[in-house]
Amino acid sequence: MTASRLTTGGSAIDRSRPIRFNFDGTTVQGFAGDTIASALLANDVAVVGRSFKYHRPRGIWGAGVEEPNALVDVGGPQATPNTRATTEPARDGLVAKSVNATPNALADRNAFLDRFSRFIPAAFYYKTFMWPDWHMFEPRIRAMAGLGKVDTDWTSPGTADQINHHCDVLVVGAGPAGLAAARMAAGAGLSVTLVDDQRNPGGSLGHRAGEIDGKPAAVWIEETVAELAAGGHLILPSTTAFGIYDHNLVGLNQRHLDRRRDTLWRVRPRQIVLATGAIERPLPFANNDLPGILSADAALAYLRRHAVLVGRRIVVATNNDSAYEVASALAEAGADVTLVDIRRDGTPDTPAKVRLVKGRALAAANGKLRVGGVTLDDGTRLDADCVLVSGGCTPTIHLFGQAKGKLTWSEARAAFLPGDPVDGISVAGAAAGAVSLSEVFAGSEKAVASLGQTKAAVPRSTGPEATGGMAAAWPLPGSKGRIWIDYQNDVTVKDIELAARENFVSVEHLKRYTTLGMATDQGKTSNLPGLALMAGITGRTVPEVGTTTYRPPFTPVPLASFAGARVGELMAPVRRLPLENVHRSSGAVFQEYGGWLRPAHYGGRDADAERAIQDEALRARKSVALFDGSTLGKIEVIGPKAAEFVDFLYYNTMSTLKPGRCRYGFMLSENGVVFDDGVLVRLDEHRFVVSCSSSHVTAVHARLEEWRQDRFGRDAVYIHNATSEMATLTVSGPNARKLLEAVGLGLSLDDAALPHMTVGHGSYAGNEVRVTRVSFTGDRSYEISIRADRAEPLWAQLRQAGQAFEAVLIGLEALMILRAEKGFIVIGKDTDGTTLPHDLGSEGPRTKRQTEYVGRRSLFTEEASRNNRMQLVGLTVPQGEAPLPTGAHGIKRENGKLHSQGFVTSSYQSPTLGRPIALGLIERGATRHGETIEIQHLGKVRKAMIAAPCAFDPAGDRLNA
Amino acid sequence: MQLFPCPFCGPRDETEFHYGGDAGNARPDGADVPIDRWAGYLYLRGNPKGSAHEIWVHMTCGEFFVMERDTVTHKVLSSAALGGEHAA
Ligand SMILES: [Zn+2]
Repeated sequence: MTASRLTTGGSAIDRSRPIRFNFDGTTVQGFAGDTIASALLANDVAVVGRSFKYHRPRGIWGAGVEEPNALVDVGGPQATPNTRATTEPARDGLVAKSVNATPNALADRNAFLDRFSRFIPAAFYYKTFMWPDWHMFEPRIRAMAGLGKVDTDWTSPGTADQINHHCDVLVVGAGPAGLAAARMAAGAGLSVTLVDDQRNPGGSLGHRAGEIDGKPAAVWIEETVAELAAGGHLILPSTTAFGIYDHNLVGLNQRHLDRRRDTLWRVRPRQIVLATGAIERPLPFANNDLPGILSADAALAYLRRHAVLVGRRIVVATNNDSAYEVASALAEAGADVTLVDIRRDGTPDTPAKVRLVKGRALAAANGKLRVGGVTLDDGTRLDADCVLVSGGCTPTIHLFGQAKGKLTWSEARAAFLPGDPVDGISVAGAAAGAVSLSEVFAGSEKAVASLGQTKAAVPRSTGPEATGGMAAAWPLPGSKGRIWIDYQNDVTVKDIELAARENFVSVEHLKRYTTLGMATDQGKTSNLPGLALMAGITGRTVPEVGTTTYRPPFTPVPLASFAGARVGELMAPVRRLPLENVHRSSGAVFQEYGGWLRPAHYGGRDADAERAIQDEALRARKSVALFDGSTLGKIEVIGPKAAEFVDFLYYNTMSTLKPGRCRYGFMLSENGVVFDDGVLVRLDEHRFVVSCSSSHVTAVHARLEEWRQDRFGRDAVYIHNATSEMATLTVSGPNARKLLEAVGLGLSLDDAALPHMTVGHGSYAGNEVRVTRVSFTGDRSYEISIRADRAEPLWAQLRQAGQAFEAVLIGLEALMILRAEKGFIVIGKDTDGTTLPHDLGSEGPRTKRQTEYVGRRSLFTEEASRNNRMQLVGLTVPQGEAPLPTGAHGIKRENGKLHSQGFVTSSYQSPTLGRPIALGLIERGATRHGETIEIQHLGKVRKAMIAAPCAFDPAGDRLNA
Repeated sequence: MQLFPCPFCGPRDETEFHYGGDAGNARPDGADVPIDRWAGYLYLRGNPKGSAHEIWVHMTCGEFFVMERDTVTHKVLSSAALGGEHAA
């Protein structure tokens, strides 16, 4: 045993609540309050994973979000791949697995790769597996490299909540700087939200010494938090501020200790205070990635929070003062401690029970699966079962960088610090370069000073103060041995030297070429040493090399948090018919059409579907069909300029329409392309109903609003989208009128009173009904619109009265056949993004209209006047042949080559005609009726005859039959 | 995520808005508009760096309005309801 749990102490753990969990197949014991990492250390598990590329053994490095090595895949209901063992709470029954290791971290079968490491430097894969094709090699390489695995069988136990939140001040980080700033902001009468990614507030005060206002740090933290809570301020522990977005929107991801999914917060504060602390850097020496080598600050955190002593014989290597407190505490706890400081002079007093070696650095760590000792730069060898390093602190300025804040280089701190302030954002504490508590509190005061007079006093540091005393110790070019810069991506000094030799000297190139600073930790411990090394190699300063762009997220955020409730059916909710349940009880098979869930057909599932559809279409022609057309657009255009307005919006002149009449027409886009077709109903002088196609209602409504507001003025026209207020029930077929007369709608259905293309008004059971005689089937048809919530009795009555006529319920699929028999088009199916109205045979308005309309000028371009445009046609194949495949191309042969001259847009078997029918867009098609054309699909060529689009009742007799 | 000021509703999240094109792209009427002028109206856009006048629509209330914003800093400089210069 080297690392062990002490019998007393540990501010974060609850010894009365022991827990057990599983790591790589073995049981690990711990206490409530442990992280997976602290429990593993307490059980002396040194190797917790394998590195990304070389499969080197890797141990725990840190005690927080910066962890590059100790990644685990957590299973169970809250399964998360690649999560940091240092932040993941240890829970009873949890199952965790090391990453990139088979079968486990200790006995990894791909460990042999490390012996070939000098053959696989940075970019090895790019260079080696180019020929003949990277994709040949990719699967095997990916299987050997990489990190955690997603459990593809796992299903989410629920969805993540998402909360929008507003406050005056958002303080990120509940360490001394954040707590002080929050308290002062609250004292100024502002609403404060305080977030921290740890379970307990306090930040570094949770394990570093401190006395504030004459009280121990722990007491001051407790009092401050209690005061904020009592003031009604929001405190969110286990919550990471992962991103600052435009206009200072802050994204938070909150974890829960129970089984709930994380919660995503979108916070809009007036002022953001970043008190995000700092992260300790490693030191460069050979084999500095061996298990048993930890951040010195992390070792102190494990000691004081979790009562874990990380070793018995410990070497602490440092270039600054902060490691002295660590060395002292470990020695007090009973470890044998040697402190190796690279500085010769200006070091603090040697702590009691600690051996101090001045002016020396580590040259190498020794050991295979875990560290067994170190070699100093003078050749001295020291035995050790644990090595702690402190290479100085890197301020956590990611959020400031994301907000486009400029950084300035501090030679004294050997770090980038926040530069000129960004509107609405201030930075305090170690993130701003403060070292002592006095500096920290002065920074907090400054951070909230602009927010107004506060009643809260600035906290005073009354205990011993931390000092910095930093002497830079960057990795140097030409160093001996394998010195790791980026543990997570297996980037060594030699890889960065290679990148420099190959001229990848810009930071952004360096990152992509070597993968320095990529993956889950985004280089929290490695970026700055990597930049400093590149600076050393290329003879530049660190600020000349610069940093890569800071981008969200600061730490990985589960996609479930971003998705929230927008999963499954809620991802893109369908619009539903008022009579959906009635149709279900009639055996309707539903499909989504243009965002609406509609009956495709009634009865006949799977293999029987086609037979059901054919039967519906045939019976519709024989007697009478009932169809739910509620999705049809019903957009009302009202006002003194309504007629002028619809004239401008439609290709066809509409102002000449008499009240009570309907007219079919096109709407074009400004580029002349047909955007929608439909019927316009004129209810009275100043009131129209735009009956646009179902899937275009939203777009047509938006277009009407835009032209109304931009060109006509709000007082001239009013637009009201009544589509979902009313259900529309369609009765179509030779017996349609008889059926309606049997039902009784309180209006004359006489053809003289209500001829084709007119509208009448009646009532049913006390409710107004609007009856429109328009037809999409070619048969006599009535569209009856009624208040949506009153539609059900009318539908029931229509069905009951229909029994005498053998009425048939038809779904959208049968309707598609009926309309195609008539050559009626569906925009977007029988047209594409180049189809102009005259391609569809509507030439009149183009040649005759003198007034302005949307898209007009585009109909007179060279392109619009081309004589070989694709035009709408019917395509006939002999009886007994199968329907043409939709999308098949009409072809012509020139010099032995095939050229497309258009394509099939709609194709069905017509039960009424007993043969296939099809529509298509074919070059010069309108002038080629009777011509035979070759149709090719997937290499097969068939013949078809070009015909008029209408294949059934071309004279239109059935409209009045 | 940006906050846009709808002249009717006040500041709202950018996800509630749709972009509607350059402001001031006046429509030339008539079947004999010179083709270059018409093509410019359809396709030519200023794509300015810095201050830009744009039409936006607030989807939840249906209001179209002109917003001036900085395409570099994303700062919103002004917003005003349509009308006047655009109304016929
Ligand atoms: Zn609005």
